[in-house]
Amino acid sequence: MRSASSQAPALAGTWCRLHPLSPVARIGITLGVVVLVGVPTVSGGAGAPGRLADLIPVAAVAVLGVAASVISWLVTRWRVVGDELQIDTGLVYRQSLRFPLRRVQAVDIVAPLTARLLGLAEVRIVSAGAGHQHGRLAYLSNQDAAAVRAQLLALAHGLAAETPEPPALPLFRVANGRLIAASVLRGAWLVVIAVVVVVAILAAVYPAATGARPGESGAETVASLISGIATGIAALGLDTARSVNGDFDFTIGEAPDGLRLHRGLLQKRHETIPYGRIQAVRVIQPLLWRPFGWARVELDVARQPEGHGQGEARQLAHLLAPVATLDEARWLISRVAPGAPATLTRAGAPPRRAVVRAPLSYHYLSIWHDQRWLVTRTGRLRPATVIVPLEKVQSIRLESGPLLRGLRLANLRVDTAGRRWVAEALCRDEGEAAAMVDRLSGLARRARRLS
Amino acid sequence: MEFRRPSPRMWIARQTVLGVSSLLLMALLGALGALLLGGPGGLAGIAISLALAVATWFVERGRYRSWGYLERDDDLMVRRGLLFHRLTVVPFGRMQFVDVTAGPVDRLFDLATVQLHTAAAATDARIPGLRSADAAQLRDRLAALGEARTSGI
Repeated sequence: MRSASSQAPALAGTWCRLHPLSPVARIGITLGVVVLVGVPTVSGGAGAPGRLADLIPVAAVAVLGVAASVISWLVTRWRVVGDELQIDTGLVYRQSLRFPLRRVQAVDIVAPLTARLLGLAEVRIVSAGAGHQHGRLAYLSNQDAAAVRAQLLALAHGLAAETPEPPALPLFRVANGRLIAASVLRGAWLVVIAVVVVVAILAAVYPAATGARPGESGAETVASLISGIATGIAALGLDTARSVNGDFDFTIGEAPDGLRLHRGLLQKRHETIPYGRIQAVRVIQPLLWRPFGWARVELDVARQPEGHGQGEARQLAHLLAPVATLDEARWLISRVAPGAPATLTRAGAPPRRAVVRAPLSYHYLSIWHDQRWLVTRTGRLRPATVIVPLEKVQSIRLESGPLLRGLRLANLRVDTAGRRWVAEALCRDEGEAAAMVDRLSGLARRARRLS
Repeated sequence: MEFRRPSPRMWIARQTVLGVSSLLLMALLGALGALLLGGPGGLAGIAISLALAVATWFVERGRYRSWGYLERDDDLMVRRGLLFHRLTVVPFGRMQFVDVTAGPVDRLFDLATVQLHTAAAATDARIPGLRSADAAQLRDRLAALGEARTSGI
């Protein structure tokens, strides 16, 4: 509780530093690598000056890393004044970051392995608008992180800062067994299996065919093929393991102010999505999941363009459920988007002649809307359904190329402030699409006024 | 409810750029042909560049004619594209900011481009070839409308 009392002033408007152990947590992994590399080098070559000299670059990197993270900790200060979070950082290039709390889209707590071991966590503030950076407080102690999150969320909702974090009711949890099964059931594995089968057949056929010829060129080819396949399998396995690691113990809670997501095996994440900030919901049904009736449900909230924080943007993507049955998916959607339909009928199908333009995806193309929601579906082997609240519509586009025009068809696209998906109604009849642009913009206007 | 069109000056500007670059290309191809193949080669080079210029002229004219914008009660419609038609509808309440830009050629002809930005990255609403005074006026009008009708993300 010592640090908890030291952080409270920051929320009251006094400049504070981050947790003193932050540099350790930040360079933890690098330091571990250095030790792993350094210890065998030193112990193996004790007394040999050449070996010790080898260590100098490693030691230099370690010292530089420590110095950089300590300096970064020394020059970083933060506080909350009024309804603004302020972070000052940078030694050479001073940066003063200001985050208006009313524009906060989500507040996440992320705890990588090293930070978790030290009892620390990072608070990440996602705000809307282009050209903004994420607010990152790395690191605070666990209690502080929770307290900061509660207060930021309370302020973001225009409540008093002292409002305690409302309790969350458990809404949904994903069984880890199902998660692992679903992660393994990927199209890429099918490709790998197909390649293995082909290679096995080749290996069985070719030695017989080339057996008359002397030399081992056939065997060598097979060996190199096998090593290539092994690399592919290893990469795919790593990717699968990463997704299992990221979504392990996935639970969603429902609090009065938003959804609470908890997930992660090594790196724990606690994410919060305020209601009313959801720009779109997407349901994906991968081909291999279909026998089990599974689907993946994702949420899109307004955020800065992808690629800004390298790998971060993708990791921040919000999942409503990494894998759920269709019934569960429908139920979850009804909780976050009351009244939105999660399934589509063929009533919203494009005209028959669209088969010419979209032979593989025709059977999935569909659009449906009511007064408040727009639902579209696209996809060839993997149907993806996008649900957009009409009050969130940013712009509507009608597009057609020469081929589509020849068929008297047009594509209708509806954009939201979420950066990830566009609701797409492909290959609609020209007249219908033009009428729909007018109808949707009218409905969106009404929905905006009502909201 | 007629779509408004960019200024005819835009077409003059486009034609001027096309004419100048065609003349340069003609000189280049003519000289190259003459050097490599003699007199007939030079003529062929000039003929090729002329054909290119004519084809480009038609494409540019189609493009110029395809541009249009319409201010409605609550939204702005922008139309464009010769081969690939595009129609974008942006509600005034969704406009985050409006840009006016003018490149060197545009400035020569007193033209400017008005660009609308929303919170969605995919929104592509751009109106080129407006007289700079008109562009400034449109920008102010749009900004005022956006202010009046703005709503939260």
